[in-house]
Amino acid sequence: MENSIYLDEARDPLIIAEGWMKDGKDVAIATVVETWGSAPRPVGSHLVIDADGNFHGSVSGGCVEGAVVTEAVDVIDSGKARMLEFGVADETAWQVGLSCGGRIRVYVERLG
Amino acid sequence: MDPYALKTLNAERRARRAVILVTDLGDGRDRIVREGDQVAGELGAAIAKAFRSGNSGSVEAEGRTFFLNAYLPQPRVMVIGAVHISQALAPMAKIAGYPVEIVDPRTAFATADRFPDVALHAEWPEDVLSRQPLDSFTALAAVTHDPKIDDFALKAALDANCFYVGALGSRKTHAKRVERLLAMGATADQIARIHAPIGLDIGAASPAEIAVAILAQAIQAFRSRGLESRDTAA
Repeated sequence: MENSIYLDEARDPLIIAEGWMKDGKDVAIATVVETWGSAPRPVGSHLVIDADGNFHGSVSGGCVEGAVVTEAVDVIDSGKARMLEFGVADETAWQVGLSCGGRIRVYVERLG
Repeated sequence: MDPYALKTLNAERRARRAVILVTDLGDGRDRIVREGDQVAGELGAAIAKAFRSGNSGSVEAEGRTFFLNAYLPQPRVMVIGAVHISQALAPMAKIAGYPVEIVDPRTAFATADRFPDVALHAEWPEDVLSRQPLDSFTALAAVTHDPKIDDFALKAALDANCFYVGALGSRKTHAKRVERLLAMGATADQIARIHAPIGLDIGAASPAEIAVAILAQAIQAFRSRGLESRDTAA
């Protein structure tokens, strides 16, 4: 709900991540830590991922979530955090770039 | 992320309290900082700034790179009085990003017809505020002119440390209000936080102009949160 003064428990990524943790699942949290140009999601936005690749939230308008989920599953395995960068300057722009022309950095870490 | 940090973060967000998650991007360690916690140096200054702006971002401090993720509750405005000013204030405040709720026990005033698309309570402030307590991310504007309705809400707003407390009425009206609030147990320091006459002095004349003056004053109070206390301490 727009401008709700309460958390949207059913869709809030960090609430969902806590629920997964309580269910004994392995979880990774991805966070937008920097943006340049037009980026669809502001700094601080979260995508949460479980070991099976289920996810909630967003770090872009849907352009790079697939790549972040793949990386997150590795991060869950290794326990080592990674910094990912996406933008149209990348060689891979047409696979996982941002069609809006912006660039973002996403920090992916394991919960626990 | 530390699982305990996540639990704390969610508990604070549910309770509508501001927190910042500070993550060292070098080693991945993180910790929760609550508004008002003392943090020294450059990092402390960046944290204070993030609490005021609500903007997240990276900061270089102590030779390290920290990411500050600021989680501020959605600010809101509680208006006591379903009056002409409130009819203008509700849509304006919503556009500015401050959703409004209106409380007025006078059922002739608090009608859905006069206030479409607004959370409206045709009840006494005592009843509404016991269900939905005020907090420091709520602004309270008391505009009924009626002490029976306004006074309880004003005292509650001061006790809850609302980021903005404003009351409609002339200086003379306010002087009498001060006496009543003192009798209700409010301290002089608390009462000094009330903006009365309400609104920035822009020469507002019409109800809609007064609404602009109130909204601007509330935004100013929100964006300078935490600055007054530091000025006093210095």
